[in-house]
Amino acid sequence: MAADKTLKVALAGNPNSGKSTLFNILTGLNQKIGNFPGVTVDKKSGFTKIKNIAVEFIDFPGSYSLNALSEDEKVLPDVLHDRNNPVHPDVVLYVADSTNIRRSLFLCTQIMDTGIPVILVLNMIDLLEKSDEAIDVAKLADELGIKVFAITARDAKGIEELKLALIESLELPKKKILSEEIAETDKAKKQRSETIQRYKVIGEILKKTVTKKESGLGSSVTKKIDDILTHRIYGFLIFFGVLFLVFQSIFSWSAYPMELIEQLFSAGEEFLLNHLPAGMLTELLVNGILAGISGVVVFIPQIALLFAFIGILEDTGYMARVSFITDRMLRKFGLNGRSVIPLISGVACAVPAIMATRTIPNWKERIITIMVTPLMSCSARLPVYTLLISLVVPSEKVFGFLNLQGLILMALYMIGFIAAILTALLMKFIIKARERSFFIMELPVYRAPRWSSVGLGIIEKVKVFVFEAGKVIVAISIVLWVLSSHAPGDRFEKIEKRFHTEEFLQTHSSDEIEKLIANEKLEQSYAGIMGHFMEPAIRPLGFDWKIGIALVTSFAAREVFVGTMATIYSVGDENNTMSIREKMQAEINPEKGEKRYSTAVAFSLMIFYAFAMQCMSTIAIVYSETKSWKWPALQFAYMSFLAYFSALLVYQLMK
Amino acid sequence: MKLSELKPGQTAIIKDFSDGDLSLRFLEMGCVPGEEILLERIAPLGDPIAIRVSGYSLCLRVSEAESILISTTEHK
Repeated sequence: MAADKTLKVALAGNPNSGKSTLFNILTGLNQKIGNFPGVTVDKKSGFTKIKNIAVEFIDFPGSYSLNALSEDEKVLPDVLHDRNNPVHPDVVLYVADSTNIRRSLFLCTQIMDTGIPVILVLNMIDLLEKSDEAIDVAKLADELGIKVFAITARDAKGIEELKLALIESLELPKKKILSEEIAETDKAKKQRSETIQRYKVIGEILKKTVTKKESGLGSSVTKKIDDILTHRIYGFLIFFGVLFLVFQSIFSWSAYPMELIEQLFSAGEEFLLNHLPAGMLTELLVNGILAGISGVVVFIPQIALLFAFIGILEDTGYMARVSFITDRMLRKFGLNGRSVIPLISGVACAVPAIMATRTIPNWKERIITIMVTPLMSCSARLPVYTLLISLVVPSEKVFGFLNLQGLILMALYMIGFIAAILTALLMKFIIKARERSFFIMELPVYRAPRWSSVGLGIIEKVKVFVFEAGKVIVAISIVLWVLSSHAPGDRFEKIEKRFHTEEFLQTHSSDEIEKLIANEKLEQSYAGIMGHFMEPAIRPLGFDWKIGIALVTSFAAREVFVGTMATIYSVGDENNTMSIREKMQAEINPEKGEKRYSTAVAFSLMIFYAFAMQCMSTIAIVYSETKSWKWPALQFAYMSFLAYFSALLVYQLMK
Repeated sequence: MKLSELKPGQTAIIKDFSDGDLSLRFLEMGCVPGEEILLERIAPLGDPIAIRVSGYSLCLRVSEAESILISTTEHK
């Protein structure tokens, strides 16, 4: 083969066959994530050189058959049948789970029959050696008429020989397994009889190549673990324990690195402000771009932690059991057993939670999970809740031991969960299914997690977030910065002039003047104008234009509400919740002559924040996960609608 | 008899399918007529169920199991 041509190698195989682990070993960190041409299915490709020949490995989604139904699984047959497809492979590296050889050979022989050279890799041969089966590799290669390698991807045994075989791949022998054409006009019937025929041929091949020392049904270790993990009592207890651990760690462990990232960025921002010439460009760089980037980077610890856990749970085989025990409950609400992890992780942050919906194979169930996950009260709502609760709810004890403030906080979390479940139920009837909901799923045997693939999985998710969602987040940050730091005409110059008079300089300290100017500028800015403009619409909710400004600015992230309130009420130190609270408490509604932040207003605002899609990162990640603006737009619309009318109801009932 | 009527620990032989769409899925997963299956377990809430077929565990919903027709085997 010519040295300048890249050899394209497709990796195919069943789910859980260790295909991705082998892909990682063959390509290392030299991977690229993109899309398969024409479809929205993620394509992972990796590049390497074998004896000076450039090789591109393409990882195809795991599937069981070429007759597949789902979008993910359709990629493989589409690419294999289309010689002009840019990713049409020169050779297919078929990865088979040795302990599941019969089912693995089904797809393998289907691919062989398309006429593309195939190399069969018997993975996890170590597990087979421990079991009561043995495969005669040489005999199998002979029977199939292709090269067969037995390897253990986990410890990279036999990889070098495999690589050398790949570059000789063009002389691979081709052989049709199912040579007779089946006379049947009905496509479905034909596929069925082909399937039965193919299994018959595979059965004959296996009879000659696989020896069973003893015929036993079932792996005893997995059975014993399953007796506990899917037990009606322990099963659920252990599951809640695991959830608690995951939730706790995302919530608390990630707090330290997140704080560190925030401190680093604010130190960097300060450094740039002090060392760059003052002016628009510097401000755009610091308050627009850098603030946006920090808003992206700050999520990395949570994403990394969640995907470390999910990687481990998935790799050990536990995730399939979680689906097994919860599917019955969640199915009623249009969800799936695999929706549990996204929903619960949503309590920490919707961004990694929505990325975690990829494990839901059914399209409709996945979309519903994505759509309702942001209703779970995430950690960014917590500062808003605590500020407002401390403003209007007295720190009293109920029944002598329950803290009233704590109870209200818990109620807000419950409301979020109930809203999520009910919305899911509603969407179950609205959204059309693209494919029938199947729950025909393999329960893999338990095994120790492969740390390298867990690690690479984390890197992959972080990359997707930073490069896909990151672009949108930085863009929106810049827009929000322009809105809150610019004003039409010469409004800002007038403010500067007004406060920089001799009279003011004598009666106020320069610090106070800075705060007053910041306050005045925000009011006069485009965001302030929007706040005023919104006032008639949000007045029935009990909000004034100042809250309107906070609603605009906190679209970046909910917790920005607290910072905006600090600016509006000219509190310099925004970390000092106490002083913001005091200022807000003292605010008087001029029309009524009573407190602006009455109980009704505070509750209306809390309900608004519980339901509203005030998070550009979530919008960005929903876009990158669904590859369409339709879903984030719908989600934004329904959540805003829900937030507006719930807040309206609360305010009108409580005032 | 349907697969959904089998009790945990019982084995049976697959005979036929009553649902065209689903049958291809089952066939591809190795549930071909004549194959022996074992009902491994039923989920705590009564649905889905897990069967042992062709050397691995397969989980399916009860409604899906209703479409697999079986005949029970005597031994075990």
